[in-house]
Amino acid sequence: MIGIEHYLTVGAILFVLGVLGIFLNRKNVIVILMAVELILLAVNLNLVAFSAFMQDLVGQIFAMLVLTVAAAEAAIGLAILVIYFRTRGSIAVDDINRMKG
Amino acid sequence: MDFVPSFALVAPELLLIGAGLVLLLVAAWGGDKAARGIAIAAAAALFGAGLMLVPGLHVGVDGPATLAFGGLIKVDSFALFAKALIYLAAIGALIVAPAFFNSAAAGTERVMRAEYPVLILFATVGMSIMVSANDFMSLYLGLELNSLSAYVLAAILRRDTRSGEAGLKYFVLGALASGILLYGMSLLYGFTGGTAFTAVRAGLTGEMGTGALFGVIFVLSGLAFKISAVPFHMWTPDVYEGAPTPVTAFFATAPKVAAVALTARVAFEVFGGQVQAWQQIVMFTALASIIFGALGAIGQENLKRLLAYSSINNIGFILLGLAVANADGASAMLVYLFIYVAMSLGSFVALLMLRDDEGALFETFADIRGLSVTRPAIAWALLLFMFSLAGIPPLLGFYSKFVVFQATVEAGLIAFGAIAIAASVIGAFYYIKFVKVMFFDEPAGVVTGKSGAGHWALLGLTALIISPLGYLLTPSLTDLADKAAASLFLAV
Repeated sequence: MIGIEHYLTVGAILFVLGVLGIFLNRKNVIVILMAVELILLAVNLNLVAFSAFMQDLVGQIFAMLVLTVAAAEAAIGLAILVIYFRTRGSIAVDDINRMKG
Repeated sequence: MDFVPSFALVAPELLLIGAGLVLLLVAAWGGDKAARGIAIAAAAALFGAGLMLVPGLHVGVDGPATLAFGGLIKVDSFALFAKALIYLAAIGALIVAPAFFNSAAAGTERVMRAEYPVLILFATVGMSIMVSANDFMSLYLGLELNSLSAYVLAAILRRDTRSGEAGLKYFVLGALASGILLYGMSLLYGFTGGTAFTAVRAGLTGEMGTGALFGVIFVLSGLAFKISAVPFHMWTPDVYEGAPTPVTAFFATAPKVAAVALTARVAFEVFGGQVQAWQQIVMFTALASIIFGALGAIGQENLKRLLAYSSINNIGFILLGLAVANADGASAMLVYLFIYVAMSLGSFVALLMLRDDEGALFETFADIRGLSVTRPAIAWALLLFMFSLAGIPPLLGFYSKFVVFQATVEAGLIAFGAIAIAASVIGAFYYIKFVKVMFFDEPAGVVTGKSGAGHWALLGLTALIISPLGYLLTPSLTDLADKAAASLFLAV
């Protein structure tokens, strides 16, 4: 029987993978965008699992909201990436260093 | 459900959304030629929305009558105070923009994009929703509306590599922060059974379980990211340096107010039953921000980076007021926020006036050498703002630090107050560097450009507010802040 704890474990693993993907990735900004989506996916999984577990619809409505915002966020992220690529000709993470920090 | 009272409560937001949508169409058809007109219309809409807040702000509103849309939104005195500050800061960001974008400062394009005022409007609506959120869903909606507009604003100079890089960095770290915040919300939802602030609060009584504790910590971490408090501050200097200066002025004021107000509301209204669980975290963050902000600013050559560290330092003092965790502390925090907005806006306007004949901006210490000889008015104004940020009496920056320390000491947290005062002495070092560079070095003589009336008016106004004359404002300011803080604690 698959219980709530299994869903939460998968959600936590996805979340950690997403965070690690942002910090450990040294290659490509696209991978960072994918990692961000992974984090939001973990959140949605949590919300829907809790919602089903508690027989409460709020979590699923929240998940819909997160999906919508995630789409907008991905669109804006890609747009910024495109203008960045036009000026620098590269989207390698190690090249984002015009300013120290 | 009857929606009329709800719509009446969110009338300022409706006005701003309507204005934003209409102006977006005007921008689409009119193109960049219409940008100045759109900016004026946007400022007028913000001013009109601000006027709508005045009656409620004056009498003080709280209780069930302030709930809209079934408790998703709560328009109490606290929200009204924060909104008024946000609208004022947004108007400031609109006033200084045209002169910047239409000059050599904006790189090769030299044209103000018509989207700029529209994005400011949408970001402002997002912040408005943030500060009046009474449910994690409306909180997230407002936060993202603000953040998504802000990412685009940071990258609005499309041909400038620094602007693009600032936008990209802000986007990646902002999205990570939103993700952390959301994960915390999902845990809180699961372990308390609701997303409404009241429901979560009711579920967080007694001994907290591990899941709920993780939820609290994740939510606070995500919010700390948004207000750039240590240890989540690393994006701030890069974004502030890379973004166009009017946008930086906006980032340093309005979103800071919104995020701090939101953090305070979440801390008191959602986690109000578990004060001991977050008080130490917030206190640590506050002191770490004060110390790191002061140390990081030493050795910075770029003035925008320096102001970024200075804002981290100031956020530390604001969080100190929050960490006191009573109505006095919250009121001190709001007073500090108001004065911080005036100081911050003023110093960025002064930076925007450091231009040459073509309008290109200067932003390093090397460029302002001997400024007191060539442009005495700007030099004195900059000096005033820096001394105020350092908290040197008789400027109003001293008063803001004073009320925060007073609240800290009265709550018996004397050791923390002492550490904060010691750290603010470190901060004085780099503020005083301005005196040395501007008044005693050989003039570099590069700052030759003239500035428009809008810049001078804004500089004069902010300088007047933080000058000793500003103390005339403090009784009414304290009164408003007390009412706002009281409405925050009434919900308990």
